[in-house]
Amino acid sequence: MLGSTIDKNTAMKLLLKNGRVVDPVNDRDGTYDVLIEDGIVTRIDRDAAVDAGVTIFEMPEGAVICPGLIDMHVHLREPGQEHKETVATGVASAVAGGFTAVACMPNTSPINDNASVTELILDRSAQANLARVYPIGAVSVGQKGEQLAELAELRDAGCVAFSDDGRPVATALLMRRALEYAGMLGLLVVDHCEDPTLKGDGVAHEGYYASLLGLRGIPGEAEELMVERDVTLAGMTKAAVHIAHMSTRGSLRAVRDGKARGVRVTCEVTPHHVTLTDEALVDYDTNVKMNPPLRDAADRDALIEGLRDGTIDAIATDHAPHHADEKAVEFDHAPFGIVGLETCVPLMLDRLVHGGVISMRRFVELLSVNPARLLKITGGSLAAGQSADITVLLPDLEVVVDRAKLQSKSKNMPFDGWRLRGGVGATFVGGRLVYCNTGVPALAAWTRNH
Amino acid sequence: MKGSGVRGQGSVGVREEGRAAAPTPLTALENRHLLGIAELSAEEIRLILDTADAMKEIGERPIKKVPTLRGKTVVNLFFEASTRTRTSFEIAEKRLSADTLNIAASASSVVKGETLADTVRNLEAMAPDVIVMRHTSSGACHLLARICRARVVNAGDGTHEHPTQALLDAFTIRQHKGRIEGLKVAIVGDLLHSRVLRSNLLLLNKLGAHVVACAPPTLQPVGLARMGAKPTSSIDEAVHEADVVMMLRIQLERMHGHFFPSLREYYRLFALTPARVRRAKPDVIIMHPGPMNRGVEIDSDVADGPYSVILAQVANGVAVRMAVLYLLAGGSEGAG
Repeated sequence: MLGSTIDKNTAMKLLLKNGRVVDPVNDRDGTYDVLIEDGIVTRIDRDAAVDAGVTIFEMPEGAVICPGLIDMHVHLREPGQEHKETVATGVASAVAGGFTAVACMPNTSPINDNASVTELILDRSAQANLARVYPIGAVSVGQKGEQLAELAELRDAGCVAFSDDGRPVATALLMRRALEYAGMLGLLVVDHCEDPTLKGDGVAHEGYYASLLGLRGIPGEAEELMVERDVTLAGMTKAAVHIAHMSTRGSLRAVRDGKARGVRVTCEVTPHHVTLTDEALVDYDTNVKMNPPLRDAADRDALIEGLRDGTIDAIATDHAPHHADEKAVEFDHAPFGIVGLETCVPLMLDRLVHGGVISMRRFVELLSVNPARLLKITGGSLAAGQSADITVLLPDLEVVVDRAKLQSKSKNMPFDGWRLRGGVGATFVGGRLVYCNTGVPALAAWTRNH
Repeated sequence: MKGSGVRGQGSVGVREEGRAAAPTPLTALENRHLLGIAELSAEEIRLILDTADAMKEIGERPIKKVPTLRGKTVVNLFFEASTRTRTSFEIAEKRLSADTLNIAASASSVVKGETLADTVRNLEAMAPDVIVMRHTSSGACHLLARICRARVVNAGDGTHEHPTQALLDAFTIRQHKGRIEGLKVAIVGDLLHSRVLRSNLLLLNKLGAHVVACAPPTLQPVGLARMGAKPTSSIDEAVHEADVVMMLRIQLERMHGHFFPSLREYYRLFALTPARVRRAKPDVIIMHPGPMNRGVEIDSDVADGPYSVILAQVANGVAVRMAVLYLLAGGSEGAG
């Protein structure tokens, strides 16, 4: 981590030289130099003349320069569960994964349902000074689904959206009111969709593998029912709703239908739901236990199609750190969730871009442009005058996922040892080099530069 | 699971690779644990059943004891109440001269907050050769096998598998029918929550039987047909021309999950009555893994009637468990 060692020298000029700039908002895709002055992008040019005093970052062959990636769905666990993750370790994980910003869910302890918790998170983030952190406030007090939290106060403290994530917004009435009220504030409601009665005490996708393994099922319809409810209520209130970590083809259909009739509904999918299926359950590895659960191949294929055809707006990791002790128990008793910040880029470049599903431009839209637009936060564009939040991708880098090297405090994920094509070269936040992949020889010099 | 992508091999412990083709006839099991029927080949199942034939003979001698497991320690670690299975294992162990230790763990360590892994590591410090475990969570024996050196025998994990039950059922069927291949086997009852169903489906399919599984739709697992059974909600259809009818226990508490309205209605639609037995083949055998709910899933007239082999199942359980323990731990080198 370089962030903490960087001082006022950011008042310098940097030139990212000879990279493929992929900037969908400004319709740019080609080889350019990007000049950064005092943390701001000032010029994007071909073969820019180099003034004295400009630090040059020569891009390795094939490098992509894109607006900084934004993960609109993570769990940083602070306050209250610092044994799993802290804001500091979470943002270290974020920048190592190529993310310049993350939006963190409110299910901390205490719940982020009031300004003091929001302020604590932002304070910790300022101390860590790596990725930008955008808290998402609770929809209801204590996420109990009974009474609206003070949403305006949360917004004023710095929250960028509202969610009861970890559980759904409990009732149709509360969801209606939340949509209306958040709509007044101009902010998004992000819903974790599942019908609690249909989910019951399930631990895995209700399908062949759960049946075979004797695991209690969570039917896909538990999610779909609530997605349909939310689409209906968004249509009723004319407010915007965002479906978190969507996992089934039925949910996708509901979103697609809603969009077709003009409802303001958007959705995200996680890398793991696009990559794995419930077949991965066969070893009872608790690192494939997450909620929503890994679905069957038909659902996985439908999500990939949704990424291709544009129905899906964003990729978000649902980064959910849990301590190794908490996962080293019976499958029934293990907590749901996996870490995802540092495996997202390799998985999605490998499976989606190299897999021929989406273009690099669409990759940047899903991971930067659209999250910025949905949350109404800075970023998603490389126009002159923008803060220099930039990710350098190395689409052809050979990556071997290594659990031991994760920056996250928790290592709970099923991708250890996976060989993937595509990785992160470097991450700049406000023109500061906050992460550099020193395993890449061509980048080793960068750390000396800076 | 390193690098294996979606499906890791070898998580069940030591699956030796590059090993030469098994000699004929088979004399040993490939895995060092018995976690489920899923891991057994048809040939291995036959080996266990053939070995059980020899073990049954030991139980008929005046001195019912052989020194096969002398000096070996077997721990029966039960996280769930069980009388039949635990005593059956214990008798099997004693007839093989093993030193046995029974631990009813639900009441002790778990209440104090100790994890399964820690409980097992503590047991391991006392160097047992075999751990026979029953647990309320599916996959618990897989977890155990990953962390311990002793051989693991699954005595029932959650709603996943109960391999020795399926083996003793197969032994009993073979004893009465002389074969398993080609038989029509009806399994009736709470399919959804039954580990006996899962192990039996795997075994009966591996040995070539035709299985019809009967329950209300609420108690049928998703994917039942893919699991190898013809699903039906008609007991008359299931029992029709059956060679074997296997009844599964219905638990009273299932009513609260809206699986069926009442025991009275369940009996009316799904109980095995003498009239329904008459739809089966004239030489049908009636099985039940126990414990039975008389008057719920099975009539006493059927349970105690001429077609019932329910007590033979219990007797055979000892021989089958002796065979499993012998094959896993009885080798002179004790390694594998």
